Amino acid sequence: MSKLPDGIQRRQIDGQQRLATRGESVYGEPTDGEWRAWDPHRSKLGAMIELGMDHGLEGGETVLYLGAASGTTVSHVADVAGPTYAVEFAPRPARELLSAAESRPNLFPLLKDARKPNTYAHVVESGVDAIVQDVATRGQARVALENRRFLADDGRLLLAIKARSEDVTRDPAAVFADARDELTEDEMGYELVESQRLDDYHTDHLAVVARPK
Amino acid sequence: MTESSGWFAPLAADSDADDDVLVAAIRDGSADEPDSWPDRAVGEGAVEDEDAYYDRLHRATMAATRAAVTERERADDSQLIHAIRAMDDCQRTANELAERVAEWAGTLDPEAGSGIEYARDLAATEPEPGETAVVSLAEQVVDLEAEADGLRAYVEQTMPTVAPNLAALAGPVLGARLISLAGGLESLAKKPSGTVQVLGAEDALFAHLRGHAPSPKHGIIYMHDGVRGTPPENRGSAARAWRGSSPSPRASITTPASTDPTSRPN
Repeated sequence: MSKLPDGIQRRQIDGQQRLATRGESVYGEPTDGEWRAWDPHRSKLGAMIELGMDHGLEGGETVLYLGAASGTTVSHVADVAGPTYAVEFAPRPARELLSAAESRPNLFPLLKDARKPNTYAHVVESGVDAIVQDVATRGQARVALENRRFLADDGRLLLAIKARSEDVTRDPAAVFADARDELTEDEMGYELVESQRLDDYHTDHLAVVARPK
Repeated sequence: MTESSGWFAPLAADSDADDDVLVAAIRDGSADEPDSWPDRAVGEGAVEDEDAYYDRLHRATMAATRAAVTERERADDSQLIHAIRAMDDCQRTANELAERVAEWAGTLDPEAGSGIEYARDLAATEPEPGETAVVSLAEQVVDLEAEADGLRAYVEQTMPTVAPNLAALAGPVLGARLISLAGGLESLAKKPSGTVQVLGAEDALFAHLRGHAPSPKHGIIYMHDGVRGTPPENRGSAARAWRGSSPSPRASITTPASTDPTSRPN
C-alpha cells in the first residue's frame, strides 16, 4: 500500500478508521478536533488514496486541480499540498468553492473552462507536481492532454474518468480502453503508471495515475 | 502586453496597482503557455518574495472568481432558469397540497370537492370551529398559485428581451423551459436541432439508446400547440418540422441578446 502523504492520517472518527486531513470544515463532514474525515465515496481522489494507488503525493506539492466543483476534494488537497489551483467552470458550485478557499490561503479558485488552458495559463504556474482531474465532460482524455503543459517532467497526473460522461450507451470497459489509448498514443502524451476501476466507491469510473512522456 | 504576460503584469508596472486591475487581468487575460510565474513576478519586482506573491494571488483569484460567479449567475438567462423552475415547483407543490386539503376536508365535509379550485373556495370561507387548520392550509395553496402566476408573468415579460425570436417561435414559457433544460441560452443555441427536439425526454432517449425502446418523437416541445394539436401518429413529423422550421430554433436563438459579446460569460 502506498504511503500516506504528510498531512493525511487514518484516524478513528465516528467509530471508524477514516482518512482525514487538518483544516476548516467544508461540507459538514465528521471531524475529530481539527481533523476532518475525507470520504472516499464522495471523492475520487479519496478513493484512489483509500485503495492504495501509487499517487506519489508526499505533501507540500504544487497542484492543479481540474473540475474542483464545490471544493469537497480540493479542500482536502489544499490541507496537505502547497499552492493549489482549483479550476471549475460552473458558477453554482464555484460559490461553495469560494467559501472553502476563504480559510485556505494556498487555494486559488478560478472560474475557467478546463478545456481551454490558455484562459488560465497566465495565472497557473508551470511545473506543477500534480494534476488532479475530475471533470464530467466528454473528452476527458483530451482535457488531460491539453493541460499537460502545466505538469513538471517528473510530475503526476491523477485522473478519474467517468464512463458515462463520454458515452452513456457504451460499455465502460471500452470507453476506458479508448481513453487509455488516447492518453498514451501521442508523443506529448502520458505514460501510464497504474489504472484501476473505482467501482467500490464510484460506479463506472476509472482512476488513472500517469507520468508525462 | 509588456515584457510579462502573467496576471501580475499590472503590479510589475505599478506596485500600487488596484485590485480591480488584477481582477480584470485574471478574468480576461490569457497565455499560450504557463511560466514559472512566482519567480517571474519576484524578478520583475511585482512582489517582494514568493510568500507575498501567493498572498496577492489568493486575494486576486478570490475577488476575480467571486465577480465572475456573480456575473454569470445574474445573467438574464440564469435568472430565467430559476424563475421557470420555481414556477414549476410552486405549481407542483400547490397541486400536492390541494390533494392533501381535499383529503382532509373530506373527513370534515362529505360534500368536499377536490383540486385547486376547491382549495380556493375553501380558503374564501369563514372556518367553522375545528376547520381552521385545513382552511389555513387551503390559503397556502392559493398563495402558491398566486406565486406561480407571478413567476409566469416574470417569465413572459423577460423572455422577449433575453431571446426574442425563441420567445416568438416557442412562446415565452416553453422557450424558457428549453433554456432551462439546456442549462443556458448559449448551450441551447449550440445544440443540434435533433437534440432540441428531444430535450425533456432524456429517460426515453436513453432507454432507446440502450436498445430497449423506440426513439422518442419529442420532448418538452410537446407543449407547443403545433405539436400537441397534431394527431399522435403525425406528432413525430410535427416535432421534426418544428425543430427544422425556418427560422429554425437554432438560428432563432442566435439573437442579438446572445451574440452581443458584452453579455457573454467569459
